[in-house]
Amino acid sequence: MDIAIIVGLDVVSGIASLVLISAGLAVIFGMMKIINLAHGEFLMLGAYATVLSVSAGVNIWVAMLVIAPVFVGLVGVIVERCLIRFLYGRLVDTMLATWGLSLMIVGGTTMIFGNTIVGVASPLGGFTVGAYQSSLYTPFLALMAILLMTSVWAVMRYTRVGLIARAVMQNPDMAATLGVNPTRVYMATFGAGAAMSGLAGGLLAPVAGVVPTMGAAYIAKAFITVVGGGTSILWGLITASGLFGFINQIAAFLTTPVFGEVILFIAAVGLIRMLPTGISGRFFKGRL
Amino acid sequence: MQTSGGMTVAVIGSAIVAVGVVVAPFYVDLFQIMQLTVFAAMAVLALSLGFIWGYGGILCFGQTCFFGLGAYAYAVSAINFGDSTPAILLAILVPVVFAALLGYFMIYGGISDVYLGVITLTVSLILFNLVNSTAGDFYKIGDARLGGFNGMPGVPTFNLPGNPGYVLSPEEAWTVTGLALIAVYLGLRVLIASSFGRIIIAIRENETRAALLGYDPRIYKLVTFMIGGAIAGFAGALYVNWGAFVSPTIFALGLSAQIIIWVLIGGRGTLIGPVIGCLLMQWMVTEIGAQQALDANFILGAILVVFVLLVPKGIAPTLRELALTRMHHFKSGTAKTGVKVKT
Repeated sequence: MDIAIIVGLDVVSGIASLVLISAGLAVIFGMMKIINLAHGEFLMLGAYATVLSVSAGVNIWVAMLVIAPVFVGLVGVIVERCLIRFLYGRLVDTMLATWGLSLMIVGGTTMIFGNTIVGVASPLGGFTVGAYQSSLYTPFLALMAILLMTSVWAVMRYTRVGLIARAVMQNPDMAATLGVNPTRVYMATFGAGAAMSGLAGGLLAPVAGVVPTMGAAYIAKAFITVVGGGTSILWGLITASGLFGFINQIAAFLTTPVFGEVILFIAAVGLIRMLPTGISGRFFKGRL
Repeated sequence: MQTSGGMTVAVIGSAIVAVGVVVAPFYVDLFQIMQLTVFAAMAVLALSLGFIWGYGGILCFGQTCFFGLGAYAYAVSAINFGDSTPAILLAILVPVVFAALLGYFMIYGGISDVYLGVITLTVSLILFNLVNSTAGDFYKIGDARLGGFNGMPGVPTFNLPGNPGYVLSPEEAWTVTGLALIAVYLGLRVLIASSFGRIIIAIRENETRAALLGYDPRIYKLVTFMIGGAIAGFAGALYVNWGAFVSPTIFALGLSAQIIIWVLIGGRGTLIGPVIGCLLMQWMVTEIGAQQALDANFILGAILVVFVLLVPKGIAPTLRELALTRMHHFKSGTAKTGVKVKT
């Protein structure tokens, strides 16, 4: 019984972290139809912002929940203004440019901070289930994932900004003829997506080793989730995270974490063969 | 675009380079021969992506998968057989089978370019993690221990076919690698000039139109993808032959990016471009490695960004266009005064 609860917690934590690490990528993909290959580096920058703020004496909650997303959001806006906006309409070139950016950020961070692991202590304690121990940080991550998804939904559904975003998502040309400036929407989208990645990076900082190359550990799962979910931001992300998080954690429990990832990937490739536009392309077409 | 005249130039050029490859060991010292050997092995890898991306229009971000699988297949079978000839064949066969499986799911699924790029990139990430985790006695194939993060040292290098006792010297290994590069280059030139080559170019230009003309784009793309996998796997064998060593870093993201950069800066839609791009970048990375101030990743990333923004076609096509306009100006005598025309 206790083991079932622990495995259940693992599954919840797996799904929650998939939602968190993929959300920023999914927003940018859903709106702009490009995959940001510098996504892992945005996570890494969020984690670094958190660690550096904490060591400068800032409260860890402020560092994770405010400084990390704001900083990476600003980075995202700068990147969009200086790089991405010259490449609109050239999907493949945009991906290549973000890949170059990713290498530059890794190289730059290594030059400044060196290739050493830094970190912060987890702010929450642990609890016991029978003979097993678990960290309170796991339910906290799940809570953050739910909060993030709810706020994305609320913003998209009930605000004017969300209305414009949905219009551009469905048909950018039509939105442009109605007076919406897609360039500004794309800038805001890239900033918002980057901020979400920064938040995820900040939240991961206490549970991950923070190094310049840490992004590579997360992007494989984030890419699979977003590609499997398709272009619908909310439903695609939630269904894909739920399905893949479940498969990944169960497979990891039965074998090893690495084989869990391999099995996850095989499942995702099988899914792509049947649903080439992702889960949401088939079941939630045109929905959020 | 490519005329039969171009083919003659390619053959004559290759013949001259081949003579250079054969006589090089008499004039160049051993250290530089070793450098050139790894450059040539990497240039074969560059050709594999140059072919499937530049001609097949398949955007593979994870060409290192096939390179790495070829390298590991060679290492495992060379250790088990003690003879390099079947090992080289397996280094080609294993990536081809993998490319066929992966390609079937992606190409027959009809996914977009963006998805294909992301999935191939993800495969290389996962293979890196997978091979990295194979430390310990449990993970061995025959006599070959995969070694996880530490890799597999002491892999037997190439020997004369049918005579495992005669192991090639570094100079002979260079000659083999250099000639292999030329052979792959010429083979691809012939393939592109054949009807198969024309069809895959037609599919790259307009998939729907090619399909309406009666060619099934999926099977042609799959075969192109498999040929790319075969060449990359062969490059993997050449690479292991150079260092007698293979480790999981062969699957690492940095190398995937480098292959893309070679093809991108050299020029998509040419074969000489990727080779030039590869040699240029390899030389540059070696130079950067000699100093400490700048990180190689940073420079590579900057080059990638600059080329995407400013020279999206790459060096070879840009130079060719430049030469053609200059020649046009020169012939028609419309060259403006003050503009120097090189003759």
